[in-house]
Amino acid sequence: MTEALAIKGLAVEFDDFRAVDGVGFSVAEGESFGLVGESGSGKSTVLRAVAGLAPVTEGAISVSGETIGHARSKAFYRRVQMVFQDPYGSLHPRHTIDRALAEPLAVHGIGDSERRILKALDEVGLGKGFRFRYPHQLSGGQRQRVAIARALILEPTILLLDEPTSALDASVQAEVLNLLEEIRRERGLTYVLVSHDLAVVTHMCERLLVMQHGRPVELLTSADLAARRIETPYTRELMVASEGFRREEA
Amino acid sequence: MSALLDVENLRVSFPTRSGVVEAVRGVSFTLGRERLGIVGESGSGKSQTGRAILGLTPPHATVTADRLVFDGTDLLAASEKERRTLRGKRIAMVLQDPKFSLNPVMRIGEQIMETLAAHGRGSGAEARRRTLAMLEAVQIRDPERVFNLYPHEVSGGMGQRAMIAMMLVAEPDMLIADEPTSALDVTVQLQVLSILDKLVAERGMGLIFVSHDLRLVSSFCDRVLVMYAGRVVEEIAADRLHQSQHPYTQGLLNCLPKLGQSRHPLPVLDRKPEWAA
Repeated sequence: MTEALAIKGLAVEFDDFRAVDGVGFSVAEGESFGLVGESGSGKSTVLRAVAGLAPVTEGAISVSGETIGHARSKAFYRRVQMVFQDPYGSLHPRHTIDRALAEPLAVHGIGDSERRILKALDEVGLGKGFRFRYPHQLSGGQRQRVAIARALILEPTILLLDEPTSALDASVQAEVLNLLEEIRRERGLTYVLVSHDLAVVTHMCERLLVMQHGRPVELLTSADLAARRIETPYTRELMVASEGFRREEA
Repeated sequence: MSALLDVENLRVSFPTRSGVVEAVRGVSFTLGRERLGIVGESGSGKSQTGRAILGLTPPHATVTADRLVFDGTDLLAASEKERRTLRGKRIAMVLQDPKFSLNPVMRIGEQIMETLAAHGRGSGAEARRRTLAMLEAVQIRDPERVFNLYPHEVSGGMGQRAMIAMMLVAEPDMLIADEPTSALDVTVQLQVLSILDKLVAERGMGLIFVSHDLRLVSSFCDRVLVMYAGRVVEEIAADRLHQSQHPYTQGLLNCLPKLGQSRHPLPVLDRKPEWAA
């Protein structure tokens, strides 16, 4: 099986603070891989480092076997795209949906934008009617669909998903998760999904890495997690916490 | 048991450029010294319900009700001054994010002491002593140190505990908690909840817990009101949640991914117009 993404000994430092320390994993082509942890665990920073949004202090990142240098090439971004957490913050408030979708095409000099924009909207379940609306005219779920369409329009092979449903209501979350799964199946995409929600990650991913304080804690399969074959106390703690509040009997 | 709070046909409406929007449309419930959960998705009117009880609805909005009585006081007939006396002293509110709801330029201890001073419940050395005791009650290990810290110097969980301390120091009879743990990490969330739970039980307060998280609320509260489009669509004992009748409640429970269950695709909510009728 070929590796779509491999990370070895990754460290990210901001001034004197080591946000990520010694993280490594590899994701096979077509696999969906999860990163789980609480705030400050460095899970999002790993994703940002891959996308070139955070400085790589140590370690190596390779995509389809090619090691990525400091500067990301345009070709890199055609293969790797990212969807951010907050659909309210990641779309330009004064650009129409049409313009948001046309931008990546223009940057990469891809023609045929008319057809591609309509296709991308259709793929994320938004009709033509949304094309010339502004973000404030859409609901949170619709905006996240636009953000997904914007990432998909370049036909990448790897999608980096940073808490894609955390800002959404439960019922909308289900719709967006279903959409992401459907797209992955159709296009054979590779996902790296970051979430604080164990249930979401096990639902979406085959394998996952639990992180704490910037370090890897445990690498396990979703099946192991669901069957509670857990090695480390921290993962167990997360697991218990995700099951809701339990009153201690006096 | 006489009810602490009696709400009948509460309505909150906002005038907008495209007409009047009714955020809360005829909500009725009573609250004793118990834990009541109000659950709903964004726009269901759950937060506006809590705010209307406290009197924190924006001035341009209209609040009406057939009855809105707190412990014998008619809240709708009460003057602004009377409402202000109730707020903080007898009815308190914990908000979602300590980052935005604590005063950033005031030390945590001083903010808590201010609550006491505002309600004439002691000042000076006595207030300081009570503040420190309260910080200890919310399980802050080193109250003396935290007393002198500014909100930006503490973590989210610590900030939320400070906020709970501030709300409970005046010993209110009723606490409205609006998404008190949604901004916190799961493990911290549970610590904060258990502190809240213990204090509510010890002090015999009535608690209204407003949240979007149906599972969390049902594990914490005695009774749950499920809101949809400004109305209560179902009221149910928390331990009977799995026997819920309304398709919206069932849908909300169903659409969450669950550990150890493989359901692809997830069931989605099929919103029926009659739910909002």
